[in-house]
Amino acid sequence: MAHDTQALAPGNYARVGKATTERPLARWTLIGISLVFLLLILLLPLAAVFFEALRKGPEAFLEALADPETFSAIRLTLIVAGISVPLNLVFGIAAAWAIAKFEFKGKAFLTTLIDLPFSVSPVISGLVFVLLFGSHSILAPYLQSYGIKILFAVPALVLATVFVTFPFIARELIPLMQEQGTSDEEAALSLGASGWQTFWYVTLPNIKWGLLYGVLLCNARAMGEFGAVSVVSGHIRGVTNTMPLQVEILYNEYNFVAAFAVATLLALLALVTLVLKTLLELRYSAEISASRRH
Amino acid sequence: MAAQTRKSWQFRRPSVLPGFGLALGVTLFWLTLIVLIPLAGLAIRSSGLGAAKFWALAADPRTLNALRISFGTAFLAAILNVAFGIILAWVLVRYRFPGKRIIDAMVDLPFALPTAVAGIALTTLYAPNGWIGQFLTPLGIKVAFTPLGIVIALVFVGLPFVVRTVQPVMEEIDREVEEAAATLGATRFQTISRVLLPGLAPAVLTGFALAFARGVGEYGSVIFIAGNIPYVSEIAPLLIVIRLEEFNYPAATAIAAVMLILSFSLLFVINLIQSWSRRRYGYGA
Repeated sequence: MAHDTQALAPGNYARVGKATTERPLARWTLIGISLVFLLLILLLPLAAVFFEALRKGPEAFLEALADPETFSAIRLTLIVAGISVPLNLVFGIAAAWAIAKFEFKGKAFLTTLIDLPFSVSPVISGLVFVLLFGSHSILAPYLQSYGIKILFAVPALVLATVFVTFPFIARELIPLMQEQGTSDEEAALSLGASGWQTFWYVTLPNIKWGLLYGVLLCNARAMGEFGAVSVVSGHIRGVTNTMPLQVEILYNEYNFVAAFAVATLLALLALVTLVLKTLLELRYSAEISASRRH
Repeated sequence: MAAQTRKSWQFRRPSVLPGFGLALGVTLFWLTLIVLIPLAGLAIRSSGLGAAKFWALAADPRTLNALRISFGTAFLAAILNVAFGIILAWVLVRYRFPGKRIIDAMVDLPFALPTAVAGIALTTLYAPNGWIGQFLTPLGIKVAFTPLGIVIALVFVGLPFVVRTVQPVMEEIDREVEEAAATLGATRFQTISRVLLPGLAPAVLTGFALAFARGVGEYGSVIFIAGNIPYVSEIAPLLIVIRLEEFNYPAATAIAAVMLILSFSLLFVINLIQSWSRRRYGYGA
């Protein structure tokens, strides 16, 4: 936190000189605007989730969570994230190895392509798989004759989730591995290590915290994804509803306590993600990519 | 590079590190399978409609209104995020106050909180009888179930994009620049508006573009608070979902294609402005 040495406590500005800071009044006004803004936009919504879930007491809250449909939604969310995150982990490491450790033609273009899913609406991310595997697609007759069910089943949920979270881990690793350069790996190779040994014993320990950081963000998005999953799920109750979809269904049925009860689980996931992320930033700031150190 | 003068064109600069072929192979295979083939499928399907039919579907008044609402509210929300995001980043970089660490961590909440959860929470707060809505109703301000509600949801979703792109660049600003401006007789306001903010322009533009792109496509947090009244508060992604539920695949495809073309060309223009402003002013990002 290099800027902490520069940061000024309101009140002792006179000692430092007023040429490069604002008057206390201006300072406290800006702090006030920021706090009120964050309160209205971030903190109150978070508080509202827990308040609404417990509005009718803890028993109603627990009863809503004990519902078998909720249970199957939790299970499905864990399955989908459990498949999608490792797939993107392997892809992220491969992409970062190629892009960060080598110089080749078309690298900038490849990076742009990897970022593409960030600028595609989640609904469109789902739609492309409906067009690919839906009953009107060119693949439909083959899938039908072999009895393979992709749309409105787990495979499509995984595909849509992988699409949406595609850039997360690669984006985290590329700047980090670029910063670290190739000298460590070159040293290991010159001492006789094989390629895989170099990767396992040199590269992986160097990037492990950055990797964990990327996995954390990827997982949060994978478990919380709504738009893309909603389009490909078909909303079959107790079968293809993930937790966010279950929240929507309960909410639209005016079953607010149950909707917010499931939402508290997702909010807790978000809070745990934030705490772990902040700890990683504080503890291992040198081992995660430069843009994340604050 | 000596190696490059020897050969006029080469795909890759020589390196002693192994695994390039494998890593690039896995990357390209996965990229093609997950991203390129599905997006190409969308492109083929929409071009298969033919120009006349595509145009008729895209120019449908309900579609045009939905696109106008999506891009309009996303633009407004991104502008608000730039204004509040710059203040917030400045406060987090420059000042010290109780609870700053927690505030800093909280800025990332919209990245971590599932959009559907944000959507129902914001709706509950800003509904006419909600914690915040009850104070706005007597003033005649209606937020939930109007386009204003969409803007609120998109401000929530886009905030971290602006703060997290501007913040690291602000941390790198050299104090000497401000001291020089002050010794030359600039007031603090002049120093900020004429010296510091122009240098932040590329980073601010990046944050704006990211927040805007995210806002245009956002679905989960918006559909609960928007009220979804056709021609008034119906966003384009929702119209795609509605057309899909009607099994009207051509219409859904056409709306999606228009959205993608519009947002990719906007991002391209913003990229051009950005590289221009980066040449003109200092600071990276």
